[in-house]
Amino acid sequence: MKVDQLSIFLENRAGRLAEVTRILNEAGVNIRALSLADTSDFGILRLIVSDFETAKTKLKENGFTVGRTAVVAVEVKDEPGGLHAILSMLQEADINVEYMYAFVTQSGDSAVLIFRFDRTDQGIEMLQKNGFTIIPGEKLYTL
Amino acid sequence: MIYDVDNETLPREDLEKLQLKRLKNLCERVYNNVPFYRKRFDELGIKPADIKSLEDVRHLPFTEKQDLRNQYPFGMFAVSRDNIVRIHSSSGTTGKATVVGYTKRDIENWGHLMARCFVAAGATSKDMIHNAYGYGLFTGGLGAHYGGETLGAAMVPVSGGATRRQVMLLKDFAPTVICCTPSYSLFLAETAEEMGIDIRELPLKIGILGAEPWTEEMRKDIEKRLGITAIDIYGLSEIMGPGVGIECHEAQDGLHMMEDHFLVEIIDPASGEPLPPGETGELVITTLTKEAIPLIRYRTRDLTSLNVTPCKCGRTTARMQRVTGRSDDMLIIRGVNVFPSQIESILIETEGLTPHYQLIIERQGNMDTLTVNVEVTEGMFSDEIKNLQRLESKVQKNIKEFLGVTARVKLVEPKGIERSVGKAKRIIDKRND
Repeated sequence: MKVDQLSIFLENRAGRLAEVTRILNEAGVNIRALSLADTSDFGILRLIVSDFETAKTKLKENGFTVGRTAVVAVEVKDEPGGLHAILSMLQEADINVEYMYAFVTQSGDSAVLIFRFDRTDQGIEMLQKNGFTIIPGEKLYTL
Repeated sequence: MIYDVDNETLPREDLEKLQLKRLKNLCERVYNNVPFYRKRFDELGIKPADIKSLEDVRHLPFTEKQDLRNQYPFGMFAVSRDNIVRIHSSSGTTGKATVVGYTKRDIENWGHLMARCFVAAGATSKDMIHNAYGYGLFTGGLGAHYGGETLGAAMVPVSGGATRRQVMLLKDFAPTVICCTPSYSLFLAETAEEMGIDIRELPLKIGILGAEPWTEEMRKDIEKRLGITAIDIYGLSEIMGPGVGIECHEAQDGLHMMEDHFLVEIIDPASGEPLPPGETGELVITTLTKEAIPLIRYRTRDLTSLNVTPCKCGRTTARMQRVTGRSDDMLIIRGVNVFPSQIESILIETEGLTPHYQLIIERQGNMDTLTVNVEVTEGMFSDEIKNLQRLESKVQKNIKEFLGVTARVKLVEPKGIERSVGKAKRIIDKRND
């Protein structure tokens, strides 16, 4: 039920992000979702890609420090209250969201939320118990 | 046992009297016989007669390795060539070679001082000494050789190399003492093991090890793997060769300096000011008795401290702590001495990793700033900002705690630090740009 997220360490200087997208482009890897967190010195680029292993290998070959993180993708209706329903459930279960990002699917009627929980397995369990739709990795990579 | 009880246990007061007498004589000799020193003395407006107490040594000029290079080959000699009986020389790998000479009496003194060293290490005239220091222009081999013969021990002049043969000789001749570098002693142990010989079962009982820096941990390892007492010896070719200082086997706590022949000082490497006993700085040596190449306040670049409290072995000479580094590597940041190796240790301790790192020193206004760039490796990388920031502040805190310097710690991408051929360029000092 987990999704492989690629995390990349980036120094905050011009052209570093473009370097990542260039490498992925040349490798024929498509970016499904992304989020960038930054400080004044460095940033962490988080990506869900169509081909995790190829992306990781190519980036490593080019000297980037990369990591694999297990995240959880949840589908919700693209309407008011969709996100809130999940967050209030997680709050009651005392599961902390380390970070999250979202994107809207091409059909436009649902949104996908990517979560990084402090306790991933419990998070998945709670979501399933409460009837939320978790998107497995294989599906998300090719969505 | 003490080889030269009269001189090695002199009350401090008598020792200093002897040193002063010899220092005055030394100043006369160099002023009259070495144009290099006459010029230095004249530039400073000092005459040999101005030296009235041992403290006056601080008015004398320093001598540096470069001075010896500039005077290549024989410009520092204080006696005529007829009186020289031996020449040694450095390899010259880091610049022009430094050449030193010895008179007959210099060689005798050297043999005597090395004999003192053997006895301090626990050897006697009944021992057989396997001498694996290199013979030739390097001072190690012949220095130890003459010392052993002066003592009356049996010297085996093996020199370096042919390790399997050395193991065979250790087994067949059964020497009780070995002279070599600390790392070579471990190599011998490994080779013996490969040959199916347990070196700990052999009669070897003492190792006199020097010519390279080593640690207390390495000593324990050597003692365990060779079944010997490992003794640290100190010397440098510019001053004499091996035998300038040695540990006694009774305490193994600091190297007894041959103070009746060498006046030792510890100075602040930056200011050149003398430091009191116990404080760490650069070792400076004045040769009190050498005839061929007497040196005034030779800057060894070795960092250490002196301990003048009496030793349980009975010797009264000052003891030098193990050399911790070289002043050439030292950075002074806001008045604090910082060694790259210290930063490296902190990085290793902080994360259990050996990352690539680089120190950048800049001047902002009148303030020095130190930035420590640490390359992020996969082992320390996290997808969460807070973990990486925690890592930065932990390193920063440890540097502040251990070195007393506030550093800016910055995580950088791999290869952010240039890889030069062989050694990494660890330090970028932009203060003089």
